[in-house]
Amino acid sequence: MGKSHIHKPKRNFILWLMALLILASGVEIVPQARAEYGDVVINNQSDKAGMRPPIFPHWFHRIRFRCKVCHADLGFKFQAGGNQINMLKIIDGEFCGACHNGEIAWSVENCDVCHSGKPGTPTQVHGSTVQKLIGKPAPAAGQK
Amino acid sequence: MNALLKWLAVIWAVLLWSAAPLPAVAGPEKWTPLEKDGLHDPQGPAIHELQQPGEALSQMPPDSVGNQVRWVEALRKGVINPRTNILPETKIQVLDQDLIYGNTGDNWFVLFPHKAHTEWLDCANCHEGVFKSKFGATGFKMMDILAGKACGQCHGAVSFPLTECRRCHSIDPGTFKGKLGPQQAAGGKP
Ligand code: HEC
Ligand code: HEC
Ligand code: HEC
Ligand code: HEC
Ligand code: HEC
Ligand code: HEC
Repeated sequence: MGKSHIHKPKRNFILWLMALLILASGVEIVPQARAEYGDVVINNQSDKAGMRPPIFPHWFHRIRFRCKVCHADLGFKFQAGGNQINMLKIIDGEFCGACHNGEIAWSVENCDVCHSGKPGTPTQVHGSTVQKLIGKPAPAAGQK
Repeated sequence: MNALLKWLAVIWAVLLWSAAPLPAVAGPEKWTPLEKDGLHDPQGPAIHELQQPGEALSQMPPDSVGNQVRWVEALRKGVINPRTNILPETKIQVLDQDLIYGNTGDNWFVLFPHKAHTEWLDCANCHEGVFKSKFGATGFKMMDILAGKACGQCHGAVSFPLTECRRCHSIDPGTFKGKLGPQQAAGGKP
C-alpha cells in the first residue's frame, strides 16, 4: 500500500486499529512484498528434497487457458498444495505434465523455470488483504 | 466477538484500500518485478526466463485490484482468447442466467452472473460441490465467503478480491423492481 500518501492522523488511526486487531485476534501479518495475485507456491516436498519450491502463476496461465481446462479436465482441486503433485506424476503426464511435455508447453527438463521460489517459502496462494488479515495461510496437503 | 473482530478487519481493509491513491500511471511499473516480489528467489538460475507480469498485464483492460486486469472484459473484447479445452471430448457449456440474492442486510443485493462464470469455468467446478443447483439451497453468508467458502473459494484467491463489495453487491434495492432469485431474461449486468 502507499508509503506516505496517507495523512498522518489517518495513518495513525489505521496503525492503531491494525495493532488492536493483531493483538485481539492473534492474526499475524507477515510483511510481504506484493507478489502477483493468485501466484501459488507448492512446497509439500521441495524443501525436504533440496529443490526451490515451484511457483505456479495463475495470471500467466489464465491468459492461455480457461480455469476449466485445469480444474475440470485435468482435475486440479481448488486447494494450494492439495493435489499431491510430484515429479513422477508430472513426467507421467499428470498435472503440470499434461502440458509441460514438450508439446503444449516446454518440457520437464526446465527444472528451474518451475522451481523458482525462495527456499523455505511455505505452500500458499498469494491473496488479498482481507484474506491475509482474517484467513490462515493455505494448509499443506492433508491438513484440511 | 470473533465475528465482530472479523468485520472490523474488513472495515479496516476497505479503509486502507480506499485511502491508497490509485496508481497515476498505467505502465508496467504498476506490477512488482519478480525479483522483488518476495516469493521468487532473485538468485534462481531461470528467473530471467520468466515473463514479468507488467509486460503482459499492462496490455489489458485495467483494474485497481487483484491482477489489475478486468478479466471478464479482456475475454469478451477478445484481448485474450484462452483455450477452452485440451481434451477433444470436453463439452463447452455457457449458461446465461443471473441470480439475485436479497439477504444482504443494509447492503445492496447481490447479482451472480452464470454467464461470466461459465465463460471461464465448467459447471462441475461449482455444482454440486460448492453450490447446489437450486437458488437458496446452499445457504451461505458473507462470513462464509470471507472464510474462503462459497464465492470466496475463487474471489479472494484468483478472481477479483473481496474488497470489491460493489462488484457483487451491484443491485440497488431502492430501484430494483423484479423478483429475487433466478432471473427470466438473463444478461442483466454486462
Ligand atoms: C512444470 C513444472 C515443473 C518442472 C519443469 C519441474 N518440476 Fe519438480 N515439481 C513440480 C511440482 C509442482 C512439484 C511438487 C512440489 C511440492 O509439493 O513441494 C515438484 C516436486 C519436485 C521434487 C520433490 C518431489 C519429488 O517428486 O521428488 C523434486 C525433487 C523435483 N520436483 C525436482 C525437479 C527436477 C530435478 C526437475 C527438472 C528435471 C523438475 N523438478 C522440473 C513442478 C515442476
Ligand atoms: C494451467 C492450469 C490452471 C488454470 C488455467 C487455472 N488454475 Fe487454478 N490452480 C492451478 C494449480 C496448479 C493450483 C494449485 C494446486 C495445488 O497446489 O495443488 C490452482 C489453485 C487454485 C485455487 C485454490 C487456491 C487456494 O485457495 O488454495 C483456486 C481458487 C483456483 N485455482 C481458481 C482458478 C480460477 C478461478 C481459474 C480461472 C480464472 C484458474 N484457477 C485457472 C492451476 C490452474
Ligand atoms: C493446461 C496446460 C498447462 C498446465 C496444466 C500447466 N502449464 Fe505451465 N505453462 C503452460 C504454457 C502453454 C506455458 C507457456 C509455454 C511457452 O511460453 O512456450 C506455461 C508456462 C509456465 C511457466 C513459465 C511462465 C513464464 O513466465 O514464462 C511456469 C513457471 C509454469 N508454466 C509452471 C507450471 C506449473 C508449476 C504447473 C503445474 C502446477 C503448470 N505450469 C501447469 C501450460 C500449462
Ligand atoms: C464475491 C461476491 C461478494 C463480495 C465481493 C462481497 N459480498 Fe457480501 N454477500 C455476497 C453474497 C452472495 C451474500 C449472501 C446474500 C444472500 O444470502 O442473500 C452476501 C451477504 C452480505 C451481507 C449480509 C449479511 C451476511 O452475513 O450475509 C453483508 C452485510 C455483506 N455481504 C457485506 C459485504 C461487504 C461489506 C463487502 C465488501 C468488503 C462484501 N459484502 C463483498 C457476495 C459478496
Ligand atoms: C462459479 C460457480 C458456478 C458455475 C461455474 C455454475 N453455477 Fe449454476 N449456480 C451457482 C450458484 C451460486 C447457484 C445458486 C445456488 C444457491 O443459491 O444455493 C447456481 C444455481 C444453478 C441452478 C438453479 C437455478 C434455479 O433456478 O434455482 C442451475 C439450473 C444451474 N446453476 C446450472 C448451471 C449449469 C448448467 C452450469 C454450467 C453451464 C452452472 N450452473 C455453472 C454457481 C455456479
Ligand atoms: C469457481 C470459482 C468462482 C466462484 C466459486 C465464484 N466466482 Fe465469481 N468469478 C469467477 C471468475 C473466474 C470470474 C471472472 C473475473 C475474475 O476472475 O476476476 C468471476 C467474476 C465474477 C463477477 C464479475 C462479472 C463481470 O461481469 O465482471 C461477479 C459479479 C462475480 N464473479 C460474483 C460471484 C458471486 C456472487 C459468487 C458466489 C455466489 C461467485 N462469483 C463465485 C470465479 C468464481
